[in-house]
Amino acid sequence: MQLVLEKRAERSTTIALVSPLIAIGLTLITMSILFAILGKNPISALGVYFIDPLTDSYSLQEIAVKATPLVMIAIGLSFCYLANAWNIGAEGQFLIGAVCGSWLAVKTHGTDAGYWVLPAMLLLGAIGGALYALIPAICKVRFGASEILTSLMLVYVADLLLDYLVRGPWRDPKGFNFPTTAEFDPVATVPILIEGGRLHLGAVITLLVVVAGAVLLGKTIKGFEIRVVGAAPRAARFGGFNSNQLILLTFAISGALAGMAGIIEVAGPVGHLQPGISPGYGFTAIIVAFLGRLNPVGILIAGLFLALTFIGGEQAQIAMKIPLDVTKVFQGILLFYVLACDSLILYRFRLISSSPKVSSGAA
Amino acid sequence: MGLLEAIILAVLAASTPLLLAATGELVTERAGVLNLGVEGMMIVGAACGFGGAWLSGSVIVGAICGILAGVAMSLIFALMTLGLAVNQVATGLALTILGVGVSGLIGSRFVGEKITPAPKLYIPGLTDIPFAGRILFGEDAFVYLSLALIVGVSWFLYTTRAGLILRAVGDNHVSAHALGYPVLRIRMFAVMFGGACAGLAGAYLPLAYTPFFIPGMTAGRGWIALALVVFSSWLPGRLVIGAYLFGAVTILQLHAQGAGFGIPSQFMTALPYLATVIVLVLISRARTGGSTAPAALGTVFVPDR
Repeated sequence: MQLVLEKRAERSTTIALVSPLIAIGLTLITMSILFAILGKNPISALGVYFIDPLTDSYSLQEIAVKATPLVMIAIGLSFCYLANAWNIGAEGQFLIGAVCGSWLAVKTHGTDAGYWVLPAMLLLGAIGGALYALIPAICKVRFGASEILTSLMLVYVADLLLDYLVRGPWRDPKGFNFPTTAEFDPVATVPILIEGGRLHLGAVITLLVVVAGAVLLGKTIKGFEIRVVGAAPRAARFGGFNSNQLILLTFAISGALAGMAGIIEVAGPVGHLQPGISPGYGFTAIIVAFLGRLNPVGILIAGLFLALTFIGGEQAQIAMKIPLDVTKVFQGILLFYVLACDSLILYRFRLISSSPKVSSGAA
Repeated sequence: MGLLEAIILAVLAASTPLLLAATGELVTERAGVLNLGVEGMMIVGAACGFGGAWLSGSVIVGAICGILAGVAMSLIFALMTLGLAVNQVATGLALTILGVGVSGLIGSRFVGEKITPAPKLYIPGLTDIPFAGRILFGEDAFVYLSLALIVGVSWFLYTTRAGLILRAVGDNHVSAHALGYPVLRIRMFAVMFGGACAGLAGAYLPLAYTPFFIPGMTAGRGWIALALVVFSSWLPGRLVIGAYLFGAVTILQLHAQGAGFGIPSQFMTALPYLATVIVLVLISRARTGGSTAPAALGTVFVPDR
């Protein structure tokens, strides 16, 4: 007897719905084993990870704060992945967006600039991120260079550029030589939603992005073109869709959203530009996009879930001395299970006898 | 030791991990599989390689641990992409994300520890020859191994029957399957070879390049190795040239930083990454007449029965 993979006649809608849940279940089982290996009680470790952060308002706000950039970036990435364009440099676009927006905050620092500063910063962040994402996109459509490798290489470049700026020209003269800009002025800061809390206007903007993403994908011709180009490139060519133009468009959108997420993060929770503003949001957002089935509403839920793992990971480190890297392992395993379960939408397993009979009229 | 000699020695050392990882990926891609998880396999190889060497006191044990770790990671990839027909790009990314986490988890207890690095070859008389002696006869074993490996791969791909079959699988898996070759099994071995090379390349870093482990010490070398395979047009000979060119860029920017031309160090550090982008563009542009990539590269194969 032998287990073989076999293409389904049509995609299974049941599995499409439950596969993220199966993936999460399998991940939890794997994590329990990992906790046991690390010598921790799996039940209490999972409790600290996934239950405790949901029980106090500070952690709940913190989850929303972490989910904000994740969801915003992942919505943009989902456009790319749907169109079969592989932007994996969202981390770099996030940083460049942060840098471009911060430029205005640094230039207007200490002046009596008005309330136009923050909107202008967000706009600059989005434009910066979009232009940065267009570099690999243009290299792809003009020269055929792999967008995967170029977009990833530009992450390192963005990281070094930010590092240079905050150690060099933009360093706060009163900052005791720390590599950071001065604290942004109030007009250059994303307002807090609840007095004394950490939840900020970025969360609202993200929700608007989710709605806009759903409308664009579901209700517009461009959204239809994006989906067709990715799912059936040949049909798209017959339909006369310009796939190069769609690569540029989806890269620009995802870059703009990543860039905006970057400047919101800097002008919001962080409050100034410094190295290490992102614990890998751009990469975790890839997992969010897939876990959310490249669907805006799914991404919102997936983003909240992965934000929970960030917060839970921090709490587990404090409460149970579980290393922070466990969170990254968790995220990696989760992505594996998500991808594996998604495969079962299109394929199924079948047991066949290993010595095929010489059947009559075999195809 | 003159400056030029020192630079050449440093270039050889910096190129070796790139060459090792790229050699493995070249074979994997020649079999039609695009494994983007090189960085992840390398970084786990680095952590396990250092751990093995530190616990056992032997660089060889460390290198074997690195290889085994790379193979283990590649088997996850093989299970996903070959067994479950999952998209290779997404799985490769997942492998890198997982690798960074696993490497941090394993390596955290070794941070700050030191080992005796791999010894350099010393042949009395030969190694003492001024200039050329140290360069030709004074390297660590990994440098020679990486060169032997690419020669071996070149021989395997172009003169053996097995190599021909492997290339056939990478160019047209449907035909290879129709001829009765076990496409998935051949691809699995190719992926495992890629994992072994990436693991060894990762282990090279803490075992010979710098005798300690730091998290994230591969610093994108796995991705550069992937770019090198594109640069080489999937030809082993060009891969060697590419790896040494990139090693040279890495070392020259370090020396330029030391010389201090007034250019901020971050710009010099960014140079290898920018060079990768530029090289990819130039290579891809030169290839307008059609791609030299294995025709079935990155495509899923589910055998029809």
